[in-house]
Amino acid sequence: MGDFFTTYRDPEILEKLAKKIGDYKGRKINIMEVCGTHTMAISRYGIRSLLPESINLISGPGCPVCVTPVFFINAAINLSSRKDTIITTFGDLMRVPGSESNLLQQKALGRDVRVVYSPLDSIKIAKQNKDKNVVFLSVGFETTTPISALTVLNAKDEGLKNFSVLSANKTVPVALEVLAMDEDIGIDGYLYPGHVSAIIGTGIYEELARKHRIPGVVAGFEPLDILNGIIRLSENINQNNIVVENAYQRAVSKEGNPIAVSKMYEVYEPCDSVWRGIGNLPMSGLKIRDEYKEFDAWKVFELEQKVMEEPKGCLCGEILKGKKKPSDCLLFGKACVPESPVGACMVSSEGTCAAYYKYNF
Amino acid sequence: MCLALPGKIIQIEGKTSIVEILGVKREVSMELIKDYEVGEYVLIHAGCAIQKIDEEEAIKTEELFRELKELSDG
Amino acid sequence: MSDIITLAHGSGGKSSNELIKNVFLKHLSNDYLLSGDDAAVVEVSGRVAYTTDSFVITPIFFNGGDIGKLSVCGTVNDLTAIGAKPLYLSCGFIIEEGFPIKDLEVIVASMAQTAKESGVKIVTGDTKVVQKNAVDKIFINTSGIGIIPNELNVSGARAKAGDKVIITGTIGDHGCSILLEREKLDIISDIKSDCKPLNKMIEKVIERTQDIHVMRDPTRGGVAATLNEIAVQSNVGIKLFEGSIPVKDQVKGVCELLGMDPLYMANEGKMLIIAPESSSKAILEELKKDEAGADSCIIGEITSESAGRLFMKTITGGSRIIDMPVGDQLPRIC
Repeated sequence: MGDFFTTYRDPEILEKLAKKIGDYKGRKINIMEVCGTHTMAISRYGIRSLLPESINLISGPGCPVCVTPVFFINAAINLSSRKDTIITTFGDLMRVPGSESNLLQQKALGRDVRVVYSPLDSIKIAKQNKDKNVVFLSVGFETTTPISALTVLNAKDEGLKNFSVLSANKTVPVALEVLAMDEDIGIDGYLYPGHVSAIIGTGIYEELARKHRIPGVVAGFEPLDILNGIIRLSENINQNNIVVENAYQRAVSKEGNPIAVSKMYEVYEPCDSVWRGIGNLPMSGLKIRDEYKEFDAWKVFELEQKVMEEPKGCLCGEILKGKKKPSDCLLFGKACVPESPVGACMVSSEGTCAAYYKYNF
Repeated sequence: MCLALPGKIIQIEGKTSIVEILGVKREVSMELIKDYEVGEYVLIHAGCAIQKIDEEEAIKTEELFRELKELSDG
Repeated sequence: MSDIITLAHGSGGKSSNELIKNVFLKHLSNDYLLSGDDAAVVEVSGRVAYTTDSFVITPIFFNGGDIGKLSVCGTVNDLTAIGAKPLYLSCGFIIEEGFPIKDLEVIVASMAQTAKESGVKIVTGDTKVVQKNAVDKIFINTSGIGIIPNELNVSGARAKAGDKVIITGTIGDHGCSILLEREKLDIISDIKSDCKPLNKMIEKVIERTQDIHVMRDPTRGGVAATLNEIAVQSNVGIKLFEGSIPVKDQVKGVCELLGMDPLYMANEGKMLIIAPESSSKAILEELKKDEAGADSCIIGEITSESAGRLFMKTITGGSRIIDMPVGDQLPRIC
């Protein structure tokens, strides 16, 4: 087995695949990827600049940062203002705008907000600070949620009384279904998220393909994986092969990871969930079960989950679904820029609008 | 939400392991996977091993890509 | 003398003098400082370059250096970047009361050592002590003067289409090392800061050829920030080749793990040099003769299109814009 970092980044093979995509002569197609990390990788490797006009690559609502509702950030800021509270969070959330501020600004004001690499690091912090409440801000899809669940289980085992989790976790399948049904978008094929699939397996995509006649390819995140995934998908679409191909077999199996899924559902259960810019998608979210309520920060601190309206003129909802382009939004590049984002799509540095802003030569 | 890297298991210590990626090491939780050994590769995300890397499949994928390399243009 | 800094040490009286004698002059001794006058008197002629910088780094001791070494290297390298031979430095200390004197001594000794290595003299200084929490342990300001050879004319506005962009070694070492020590991410690595003075190496380059357009050390904000600035100053496009950019494996490993980009990480022992193709070969030859420039290479070129922008040809052959950084990079999971 070769070195991962060179094998899947071999410039000679990349050149061949880039040429193959550039030579695409099939019909005009819409491909959607629904993983923030795919959006990031596509941007990082400049893959959009290699695609012909006839392949329209849409970045769907796959970034948990972009789809986290404003009330979550407001609740986190509210908690951080308490003198006896330490907030632990992934770095991704630090610059997400709430109604009036963001966590990075709160940190600058002296609030105890700490970036962690792993939710499990929060346990150590809770043990070292028994006189404080430690709250971990939990966002993410099925790749990350099992780790939040594990953190709760470990906290319970350790008998921690000063730790809780503020959750806004979501699941991908409902969104995939809703988007597939939307005729205005007209998705011809899905580039499936490799690491979510490593957890949930590929069975559900096959159902989706059958029901909505949409082929898909499960792809990894190295540039070879992504280019190969797009080529395989465009070939299947043109040949009308309604199949789901697993092109990330070194990490993804049909069954996925049952241990991770089981731990996830031991702590969490499905619930309705608001996706910023899209609205409520039934049973698309995950909330902490009653048996673990002492670790559910929403309950422990009696926080409100009040849905707020998107700022006037913000087209994020349509952009996240691929129905409109950033340039269609009147706020884009004027009131809404990366340094001071208004809507969800500009918030993440690789959200659709942020990515377009960057590419606006 | 999926930033995960393949790392090599260097040392196992109860429910955690030290894994190595490009010469840097970190302790990660192994509680979401089973049947692993020192020397094997796992996918690391947010301080946790979330899946084992299937070496046979990895080799097959590499061979596939190598074949693509050999293909002549046109 | 007590073992911690007190307000008395900054008040100009007996304690201050004791501190100067037993710590500063012990390591930084030279005729200028020993004169005890309020100002140093030096004689220079020619085009004088003059720069200043303040150092507030945390942690103050890190793998590969300390705040003292950094404060000398920073100013020496800024003078070097404008093409000057650094000659004389000043140093001002603002110290929090309670700061251990033995730590101060390590820092001052380190400054002396670095000044010696770069051949500069620290000729004047000042010390203030402030109350607890008014500063974070110790802040240092250095300023410096140097002379620029008459035939040399480097400036951020001089990059021209066709020029090559050279880096004198691997990027991101300092920024990555500090990130790991400061953020407690429990990542185990050998990465150390590349902090070092570059004047002796660059002096040799200038002796060989003066056909150099721009020099700048990519400190805060990394190569990305520095090249963005130059692209705007010179009103040119700058194109990087991803495959050519040298990054140590361990720095790459940390960046992959945390979702960060070495192009945005600080460097304290590297220089960017932009020069015509005709002189690039000679420049690289001279750089490689020095240990500090062993990994020197061409990483990009100046273009006339996309003026004011920095962009990169990625390993896929595609193109990507590299923006000016907005604040510090943060680890991510997405």
